[in-house]
Amino acid sequence: MAYEMHFGPVLARAPEFVNGATNTILLSGQGIAIGLTLGLAVAILRVDGPKPIRPLVATYVEVFRNTPLLVQVFLIFFGLPYIGLRLSANAAAVIAISFNLGAYSAEIFRAGLLAIPRAQIEAGLALGMSRVQVIRHVVIVPALRVIFPALTGQLTLTLLGSSIVSAISAQELTLAASKVESLTFRSLETFLVAAVLYISLTFLFRFVYWLISLWLFRRTPAEAVRLPEPKFVEPRRAEA
Amino acid sequence: MIQSYGWSSLPFLLNGAMWTAALSVMTFIGGGVFGLIFALLRVLGPKPVKYAVVVYIELVQATPLLIVLFLAYYGLSFMGFYFSPLVAAAISLTLYATAFLADIWRGCIEAIPKQQWEAADALAMTGTQKLRWVILPQAFRIALGPTVGFMVQIVKNTSVTALISFVELTRAGQLLNNMTFQPFEVFLTVAAMYFIVCYPLSWYSEYLKGGPRARRATR
Amino acid sequence: MPAVRLDEIKKFFGAHCVLDGVSLTVETRDVVAVIGRSGSGKSTMLRCINGLEEIQAGSIDVAGHKIVPGGNVRDLRVLRREVGMVFQSYNLFPHLNVLENIVLAPKVVKKVPDEEARETAAVVLRQVGLADRAGAYPDELSGGQQQRVAIARSLAMKPKVMLFDEVTSALDPELTGEVLKTIAELAEAGMTMILVTHEMGFARQVANRTVFMHAGKIWEEGTSEEMFGNPKSPELKTFIAPQLK
Ligand SMILES: Nc1ncnc2c1ncn2[C@@H]1O[C@H](COP(=O)(O)OP(=O)(O)O)[C@@H](O)[C@H]1O
Ligand SMILES: [Mg+2]
Repeated sequence: MAYEMHFGPVLARAPEFVNGATNTILLSGQGIAIGLTLGLAVAILRVDGPKPIRPLVATYVEVFRNTPLLVQVFLIFFGLPYIGLRLSANAAAVIAISFNLGAYSAEIFRAGLLAIPRAQIEAGLALGMSRVQVIRHVVIVPALRVIFPALTGQLTLTLLGSSIVSAISAQELTLAASKVESLTFRSLETFLVAAVLYISLTFLFRFVYWLISLWLFRRTPAEAVRLPEPKFVEPRRAEA
Repeated sequence: MIQSYGWSSLPFLLNGAMWTAALSVMTFIGGGVFGLIFALLRVLGPKPVKYAVVVYIELVQATPLLIVLFLAYYGLSFMGFYFSPLVAAAISLTLYATAFLADIWRGCIEAIPKQQWEAADALAMTGTQKLRWVILPQAFRIALGPTVGFMVQIVKNTSVTALISFVELTRAGQLLNNMTFQPFEVFLTVAAMYFIVCYPLSWYSEYLKGGPRARRATR
Repeated sequence: MPAVRLDEIKKFFGAHCVLDGVSLTVETRDVVAVIGRSGSGKSTMLRCINGLEEIQAGSIDVAGHKIVPGGNVRDLRVLRREVGMVFQSYNLFPHLNVLENIVLAPKVVKKVPDEEARETAAVVLRQVGLADRAGAYPDELSGGQQQRVAIARSLAMKPKVMLFDEVTSALDPELTGEVLKTIAELAEAGMTMILVTHEMGFARQVANRTVFMHAGKIWEEGTSEEMFGNPKSPELKTFIAPQLK
């Protein structure tokens, strides 16, 4: 028996899909912002932090990289209230995604930091910069350059991984799709539409990363660089 | 029914863990076979086939595993194919692993310098001989680390099948939690069980890649 | 007051004693060449002078700042502002163009306003003869040009002392000349400098004093004329013999 696809009833629910997609963007956006900040901090601590802290942050990274996101979500959403920390589904989702990405991106950032030759760092120190200034002005951009593909690949996994927080009914695209499915009974069509939306979001996010890379790794055209005219004749050169 | 969480709950979780392991192995074998075929087609196939493989890899890598799973489990049943959760899970995970492994292995094959192909050409080898004796053995060595690393992803990915009620480790944890209302203990145990399997694999993967962690560990 | 004074400094890497009681005094406007076999501790001594390596005994005075074993990091940074260092491998920052490489440290370390930092950059770039390459990125420059930019970058911090560690060793022979010329001009302009070098002819010509390091010690020192014209220790004699032939 041939199955006839009917997208009509599903597409009639377009507002719910749009809403879901918007929530996925917000959820992933927050997770990415917090997760990357956390990851960078953890990577710096792991490479350059006080000795006693290093094994601690290493443990965090290994625990979150070697357990499934779904279990982390359950532990945070169902487990934390049990020890007195009640969270909304959305908050639990953001926390889980952030901590998960924090661990993965920490490893990526660390690889980037280690890829910068020690001599570059010493050149910064020799100019009188503090460690933080060296990281900020000397290390970050070249390191990001090295890890950019790996990092954006991880961010795509984070975007797609956010679908599983529908398991705790956090508001996002997959949950929206599940609701549409239960209302329309058009499972195949519904999840195909969801797939198309996720694929579009993935390419949209990648486009944004590409724009960011253009900005991060931009070069000033040589013609645009002008030195000020000399104000005075150097006395020593004049004598010589 | 409320019961207390304790040692008596372990067999139930272990039973789920066994299914996690079984599903992981199936996925790795299925994804490995198709992934290798796709990787070779991607590198060596005729243009249209190459493009088809690229499209497949790109689309799968831009879709959440959960959506693939829902398509296979709920979507296809409406077309008259009913898959049990196990079969739907195995199919989706294999589709997914195929795309990722094909991409990883393509990278490894392409990492072999062109001169190696030319050297094999110069020895008058046929296409399959070149692959069998020159290219694949070298690509294999590069691929080992990332492949073991991807096994960790496979094991963790199987947890998503809990959401179509396939009783593997995570689903077993959910069920146990519903009976005991001790989510903290239950999910910590579940997490620990995943960790016990995944951490050694991750470590071994880094070791094979010769990464910084491995160098420190063996120093 | 001398510009640099090392007093009996000791430096260990693990159990290995790399600097074994080194004392050295460098007066303002002195140009001191440091020569010696590879592994004799020359680089380590320079790196101690600007605090890239910690010392385990003795003390270092640079331009009125003192380093002692276990001293604190903030003091080190104050001291490093007074000391410029140029490395064998240039170490320009690859993501910044020449001008940005030069203005970075004055702006973030000394909080010099942008306008003033650019003016200083213009002066030091003219000094090294690269005013026309201000907009170039390091990968667009030859090794010799990169090294001259590295010198300009150090000069922009207006250091009281400059340290050079084999700054021509990584360069093709035809490019060493331009860098040596820049250094000679700096010497002539009165900069206090310590330069580790394998260019014996250059050391003899530009440095007013020469120090020979051997086995982690200052084995022999004197005016460059004495050292090259009339070496006393057998070690220095064997060391400079092949070069002077
Ligand atoms: N970071 C380090 N760790 C351990 N040993 C070092 C380190 N840096 C230098 N050394 C050792 O210190 C000695 C002196 O090195 P160096 O100062 O670089 O000599 P030179 O510059 O005269 O060639 C050498 O034996 C070298 O192996
Ligand atoms: Mg040296």
